[in-house]
Amino acid sequence: MMEKMIFGRFMPGDSFVHKLDPRSKLLFVFAFIIIVFLANNPVTYAALFVFTLLVIFVSRIKLYFLINGLKPVIILMAFTFLLHIFFTKEGELLYHWKFISIYEEGLKQGIFISIRFLVLVFMTSILTLTTSPISITDGLEVLLNPFKKLKLPVHELALMMSISLRFIPTLMDETDKIMKAQMARGSDLSTGPIKERVKAVVPLLVPLFVSAFKRAEDLATAMEVRGYRGGEGRTRYRQLKWDSKDTLAILLLVAMTALLITLRS
Amino acid sequence: MDEILSLDHVTFTYSPDEPDIKNAVEDVSFTVNEGEWIAIVGHNGSGKSTIARLMNGLLFPQQGTIKVLNQSLTEENLWDIRSQMGMVFQNPDNQFVGATVQDDVAFALENNGIPYEEMVKRVHEALKQVKMDQFLNHEPQHLSGGQKQRVAIAGALALKPKLLILDEATSMLDPQGRAEVLATVQALREETGLTVLSITHDLEEAILADRMLFMNGGKKFAEGTPSEIFALGDQLVELGLDLPFAMKLTKLLKQNGVKLLGEHMTEEELVNDLWTSNFKK
Ligand SMILES: Nc1ncnc2c1ncn2[C@@H]1O[C@H](COP(=O)(O)OP(=O)(O)OP(=O)(O)O)[C@@H](O)[C@H]1O
Ligand SMILES: [Mg+2]
Repeated sequence: MMEKMIFGRFMPGDSFVHKLDPRSKLLFVFAFIIIVFLANNPVTYAALFVFTLLVIFVSRIKLYFLINGLKPVIILMAFTFLLHIFFTKEGELLYHWKFISIYEEGLKQGIFISIRFLVLVFMTSILTLTTSPISITDGLEVLLNPFKKLKLPVHELALMMSISLRFIPTLMDETDKIMKAQMARGSDLSTGPIKERVKAVVPLLVPLFVSAFKRAEDLATAMEVRGYRGGEGRTRYRQLKWDSKDTLAILLLVAMTALLITLRS
Repeated sequence: MDEILSLDHVTFTYSPDEPDIKNAVEDVSFTVNEGEWIAIVGHNGSGKSTIARLMNGLLFPQQGTIKVLNQSLTEENLWDIRSQMGMVFQNPDNQFVGATVQDDVAFALENNGIPYEEMVKRVHEALKQVKMDQFLNHEPQHLSGGQKQRVAIAGALALKPKLLILDEATSMLDPQGRAEVLATVQALREETGLTVLSITHDLEEAILADRMLFMNGGKKFAEGTPSEIFALGDQLVELGLDLPFAMKLTKLLKQNGVKLLGEHMTEEELVNDLWTSNFKK
């Protein structure tokens, strides 16, 4: 549940996209987010949309999972769509009824903005659906490496992230256990007024925090005993391999950028 | 026999500024030789874990010296010495650092800057030694406690340590997990002659050791082979230690007039004595 909230849900597979290096995927998506803003006319938006469909096709992800990823932003999408439709007063009047009037430009902008949302959500979902959280962490660590010079603790952040990911299931289990223990003592978490329910959560959080701190302490000791002393001089067991597939992916994106630049008005 | 580790009149307290609080470890001396299996037993709070932490440089003693491989343990050679000692703790979940089994085993190797090809080799070797090589890509939440502890042992073995310290490594496991871990340690000793120091509440585990240290209130109360220690009998019970099942049974049988030749620590010995002493017609 929580893992889903943080990272979407990873769907193991062996498509072209699954096999890409996390670095190329991260770069690809990051660059894509930027070039989306190059589109400014029907042709460029259509190109973006088709490009995204192609990527979806290549990744062999079921549309259902992508639509699922849309849920959290659907309201935002609808809202901006309506905002554009009702408040842009340019171009030809298309429709008029009482105080509602829809102009051509409004409709166009509304559709554009929706496509923009759609392709952004789809692309980022493809990233998280085809890449395990731990690979994303690895990729980010390597890509952010140059920022170490600016004193950004890249290695520590990546380690924190991977340890958090590792402990999410453990803590979920524990929450479950504590919840059952409190329920057995007569605490009622699922009915009653909100205020009561919030109160009932407190005896759940306190033991959870206590145990999380105990775990953190144990883990720190275990890490120290196993020779952990920061990122300096460390080697990596999980190797990232950049091969021709990754170069191809990046070249595709460059081609797409060139296309957008020539087609935009 | 080569000495792996020695404590010489070591005293340690967690609160040096408060003289009323008893020392956690007081004037403890002992040595561990290469290839030995030492068990440390004692009641809760008798200073066993503190000793393990001292050996590892997680704590430094206020008095006395600790030598590992004939070098005194100091701030300078700390990391070097830690790489010679593997340590496995009680809670299987709280020492699993990696995302998967193989990542976890590689953790200590990564920390010590071992090159990639060598790491791959050692991770596979170590997992084979604990018979977990089928589980390379498993995540910790899909492993049993005993399996996690075996992975932890592999993580320690990967660095090819001189000494493996187990601090109640089996105490949170079910009987099956406990048996798995013990069998793993025994097999390792047979194959590689690894030196093992295990801190334990499980007397059936302590019997397997070559030598036992019996801690009481931070002091070393007794040291000797398991039969010497268990010969202390009632004294052990008074100091909060139980006797192994076979010994208790032997005692009760003798009390009830069954003829037996000696004290027996294992059920096998007891059974053998029972039928040889009572079956001669
Ligand atoms: N971090 C600490 N800070 C202060 N005192 C401590 C700390 N850890 C242990 N002690 C105290 O030191 C003494 C020895 O503790 P230690 O953990 O070494 O015992 P133990 O033999 O391992 O016990 P157990 O069988 O319960 O694991 C105890 O009195 C304990 O209360
Ligand atoms: Mg202890």
